[in-house]
Amino acid sequence: MAEAAESPGDRETASPRPLFAGLSDISISQDIPIEGEITIPMRSRSREFDSSTLNESVQNTIMRDLKAVGKKFMHVLYPRKSNTLLRDWDLWGPLILCVTLALMLQRGSVDGDKDGGPQFAEVFVIVWFGAVTITLNSKLLGGNISFFQSLCVLGYCILPLTVAMLICRLVLLAEPGPVNFMVRLFVVVVMFAWSIAASTAFLADSQPPNRKALAVYPVFLFYFVISWMILTFTPQ
Amino acid sequence: MAAVDNLQFEEFGDIPTSLAANPDATTISIEDPGETPKHQSGPARGSGREEDDELLGNDDSDKTELLAGQKKSSPFWTFEYYQTFFDVDTYQVFDRIKGSLLPIPGKNFVRLYIRSNPDLYGPFWICATLVFAIAISGNLSNFLIHLGEKTYHYVPEFRKVSIAATVIYAYAWLVPLALWGFLMWRNSKVMNIVSYSFLEIVCVYGYSLFIYIPTAILWIIPQKVVRWILVMIALGISGSVLAMTFWPAVREDNRRVSMATIVTIVLLHMLLSVGCLAYFFDAPEMDHLLATAAAPNQTIAAAKFS
Repeated sequence: MAEAAESPGDRETASPRPLFAGLSDISISQDIPIEGEITIPMRSRSREFDSSTLNESVQNTIMRDLKAVGKKFMHVLYPRKSNTLLRDWDLWGPLILCVTLALMLQRGSVDGDKDGGPQFAEVFVIVWFGAVTITLNSKLLGGNISFFQSLCVLGYCILPLTVAMLICRLVLLAEPGPVNFMVRLFVVVVMFAWSIAASTAFLADSQPPNRKALAVYPVFLFYFVISWMILTFTPQ
Repeated sequence: MAAVDNLQFEEFGDIPTSLAANPDATTISIEDPGETPKHQSGPARGSGREEDDELLGNDDSDKTELLAGQKKSSPFWTFEYYQTFFDVDTYQVFDRIKGSLLPIPGKNFVRLYIRSNPDLYGPFWICATLVFAIAISGNLSNFLIHLGEKTYHYVPEFRKVSIAATVIYAYAWLVPLALWGFLMWRNSKVMNIVSYSFLEIVCVYGYSLFIYIPTAILWIIPQKVVRWILVMIALGISGSVLAMTFWPAVREDNRRVSMATIVTIVLLHMLLSVGCLAYFFDAPEMDHLLATAAAPNQTIAAAKFS
């Protein structure tokens, strides 16, 4: 009330017009009808936006999600200090990558009791429970990243290792031997380093500075185990 | 002064009497808690108290007393309760690992490094690393041993990872549970000066397993002598850390009970390392013998058929 009384006073001193002279004398009563619609233009626009995504074609929805996933893939392949992975997290990318990796890593035929490579379910469990464990560890150490953001980053940073798996599969079509193994080893090591660099670029900032190494080491172990599984993959 | 007097704290007498004797003397009445008890118990060694001072470090004993009271105030269903078990910095974890690698006689690992701040980070991630180190090293060592043989087809042996995980996590959690239960039971019968909480025992066991990580990696070398020397060294270091930690907790007990406890701890530790070596790593010489025994048989069989 004091502010309302001051502003007509200020206006009076700034421009001494009789226009607002009687403002202080106004008493709000039933003489002045105050009614009508208060419409906020923004809200109606967003309402239109909501109904439009509901009515759009399925292709549009899928393409929009695929574009978001593809944009994040680019951010992983060329890691810069950006917040895109953290801000708009989604778990589609990690799911696609994990299923691809598990499909390629599973042993081809039923071996009976002969011990071989991992099954589909084993790879899946290692990737997802490994990511959950690392996220819990980082939160327990006092990091300020949310649960799903961390899962998103760890899942997307498997992309270089999936690329390594594809390359290894192609290389394995050639003649086996030490050269074959050296090429695969080199590719897996490079992609492993790329994964670690990409994930620490996103995750390291969320930790308190005296615990960064404690939070990064499990990420290193996680990608090392996945790299080992990729490197030791032998087709039946 | 006589030689005996050099070891004694020189008493200046009561303040009123000294002031009466010499009114101009300045008397300072500051009590130094670190200094006075040490001098008073100097001639009378053998009590546990000076050992405690030595273990804790005189300059940190005040801080330890202050900090010991501010722990674990949240109820167990909140997230903050579990965060108190991960309240360690990087340098603290490194210090604890270093303490488990260099057992100094007389220095207690729990008192010196853990100091009523047991963490679960070390035990959990050291066990995880050890599981993968053993599985991967075993796989690699078997590959190298069977490298020249024509009948050998390399398999990654992924099933062994789950077996290794079960064994190591069971050892790192169930043995401390049993030991803690046993120590609690003995504590109700015999009054012990030192008693450990369950988490401190888990912590000691977890950090004492760290020595096995480089040992497992070095077990890739396919020489039997080298492997057994490594077993002895690793067992010596981690066994002595465990023994020196738990000896003060059973010292006041019946002689046979305390000896049996320490022997059992070391024996279980040895069982773990020898069992892992036997199961995950193939014996090097035996397979070479089989291969060389098979080769002459094949040449004889080939000669017979030709």
